[in-house]
Amino acid sequence: MDLLAVILVDGLIYGAWLFIVSVGLTLTFGVLNILNMAHGGLYAIGAYTTATAVGIYFANGGDAFPLGSYAVMVFAALLVAVVLGPLLERGLLRHFYDRDHVVIVLVTYGIFLILEDVMKLIWGVTPLFVSEPYSLLGNVEMGPLFYVTYDFLVIGVAIVAGLIVWYVLNRTRQGKVVLAVIHDREMSRTMGVNVNKVFMVSFMAGVFLAALGGALTAPMISVSPGISVNVIILAFAVVIIGGLGSIEGAAIGALFVGIARAASVHMLPAAELFIIYLVMAAVLVFRPEGLFPKTEARKI
Amino acid sequence: MMNSRFFVPLSCVIIFSALVGIGFIIPQWAMFLATMALAKGLVALGIVILMRAGLVSFGQGLYFCIGAYVSGLMANWTGITDIILLSILGILVSVILATVCAKLLSGYRGIFFAMLTLSLSMILYGALSKMSMIGGTDGLNVSAPTFLGFAPEGRALGFSLYFYTCLVSVIAGGFIRVYFNSERGLTALAIRDNELRVEYLGSSVKSAISAGYIMAAAVGGLGGVIAGLAIGHVDPEYAYWTTSGEFVFVAILSGFFSITAVFASSIVLEIVRSFSNLYFPNTWQLVLGVFLLIVILLLPNGLGSLFNKLRRRGDSE
Repeated sequence: MDLLAVILVDGLIYGAWLFIVSVGLTLTFGVLNILNMAHGGLYAIGAYTTATAVGIYFANGGDAFPLGSYAVMVFAALLVAVVLGPLLERGLLRHFYDRDHVVIVLVTYGIFLILEDVMKLIWGVTPLFVSEPYSLLGNVEMGPLFYVTYDFLVIGVAIVAGLIVWYVLNRTRQGKVVLAVIHDREMSRTMGVNVNKVFMVSFMAGVFLAALGGALTAPMISVSPGISVNVIILAFAVVIIGGLGSIEGAAIGALFVGIARAASVHMLPAAELFIIYLVMAAVLVFRPEGLFPKTEARKI
Repeated sequence: MMNSRFFVPLSCVIIFSALVGIGFIIPQWAMFLATMALAKGLVALGIVILMRAGLVSFGQGLYFCIGAYVSGLMANWTGITDIILLSILGILVSVILATVCAKLLSGYRGIFFAMLTLSLSMILYGALSKMSMIGGTDGLNVSAPTFLGFAPEGRALGFSLYFYTCLVSVIAGGFIRVYFNSERGLTALAIRDNELRVEYLGSSVKSAISAGYIMAAAVGGLGGVIAGLAIGHVDPEYAYWTTSGEFVFVAILSGFFSITAVFASSIVLEIVRSFSNLYFPNTWQLVLGVFLLIVILLLPNGLGSLFNKLRRRGDSE
C-alpha cells in the first residue's frame, strides 16, 4: 500500500476522532455563544465514567455478551450529560451570559480547573484501562497493514453523529427553533420560544458529544489525569479552522487537521507536535474567520 | 486630582520605595514569590494593554518563553550574564518578532485574535520541544545573573533580583501609564467601543493595535528574562497555553483600569496558588477555579475597579 493511501486512512481515522471531540464545542458556541474550555474536562469525565462503567459491566458477567459494552459506553456519556449539563448551565454559566466573550472563556477555564481536581478526587491518579471494547471487533487487513476495526467504528460514529446533529438542526421543528434562537435571541423570546430551555438542552447536547468523545477514546488509551488538556486545544483548532458554530466546518476542519497530522507523522515526524497549529494559522491567514464563517451585520 | 505631570513619577517613586522597603523585611521565599509575581505581572500588563482595545492575547507565553530562552542561551553561548544586557536583548528579540507577527495579527479581532496568538505560541512550544540541541522538553539551566559586574550569591542574589525586578516593573508601569493617558493610548479605548467610528474619525485601528501588541511583547519578553533568571531554568512549558492562560487570568482579575492592580492581582494569584499548594496539595486547581469564578462574579471589572472606586470616593470628599 503506498504512502498516500496510508496517510489518507490514518488521517480519516484521526479526523473522525477529532470531529467527535470537537462537534459539541462548535454546537455550544453556535447556540449559546460560549467557547467552552471545560469541554476538555467533560471529555475526560466521559472517559472516566466509561472506564468505570465498562469495568463494572465486565465484572458482572458482561463477558457473556461483550457487544453490550458499546451500549454501556453510550449510556455513560448520556449519564454525564444529564448530570453535568443542567448543573453547569443553570447553576453557573447563565449568570455570565451578558458578560464579555473573553470573560466567559475565563469562566469556563475556571470550571475546567475545578473539574480537573474533582476528577482526581473521584477517580484518583492511577490510570484506568478498559481495552476490551477496543479489541472486540478484531482487525482489518489492508494490504500489508492491519487496522483495528474499532478505528473504523469511530469513523462510523463520527458520520452518524454529524448527520444526526445536522438533521435535527435543519430538518426538525425543534431544530428550527434552535436556529431561530441562534439568529436572534430577543426576537425568539418575544415569539414565545423558551430560550432558557433551548440553551439548557443545547448545552446538554454539547456535553453529551464531549462525553461521547471521551467514551469512545477510553478503550484506546490509558485513562489518566491530563488527558483533558490537549483535547481542548485540538478541538479549538478544529472549530476555529471550520468557522465557529458551523457543523460542516467542524467536519472539514477535522478532516484537514487529521490528514495534515497523518502526513506529518509519516513524512516529517518532528513537526507532529505543532502541525495542527500551523494548519490553523495558515487557514486563518487566508480565511480570517475560518472556512465557514457566520455572517454578521456591521454595526456603526 | 493631583497635577498629573507629577502624579505618575511621584507614585512610581513611592511604590518603588515601598516595595524595596518590604524587601528588607520579608523572608527569602516571599521575595522569590514577589519577584516571580512581578515578572508575571509584567507579562499580564501586556495583555492589559491589548485588553484596552478589546483584544485578548492567549499567547503571551510566546514572549515570556522567548525572553527566558534569550537569557538562558546568551549565558550558555556567549557568557553574557549581565541582567541589564540580557533584558535589553530579550526585549529586542521579542519586539522584532512581534513586529512581524503584528502585521498578521492586527487584522484579527475577538476570539480569532486570541486563537491565532495561541497557535503562534504553541508552534514555538512544539518547535522547542523537538530541538534536542537546546534541551528539548527538558529545557536548559540558566546561570545566575550579574548586575553591572556585581555578582551576588545567596540572599544577596535574591535581593538584587527583587530590587531589579521592582525597578523595571515600576519603570515599565510608569511608562505604560503615561501611554494610557496619551492620545494614542486613549484611542485603544475608543477601538474597544467601536472601531469603525475610530476609522471614520481618521485614526488607524491597525497601527494602534500593532503598537499595543509590540509593547505587550516587549514587557512579555522582559518578564520572561526575569523569570528565567529567577528560576534558573527554562523549558518549553513557558510557551504552553496554560502558562498564557495564567496571564489572561491575572489580566481579567485586575481589569484594565489600573496598572497597580495588575501587579497586585499577580501577587494575589501567586499567593493563592502557593498557599493552596501548601494546604490543599491535591486540590489547588479547584481552589484556584473557585477563586476565579468568585472574582468574576463579584468584581465584574476586576480589582482595578475597586481601586478606582476608592479613588473616586477620595476625590468627592
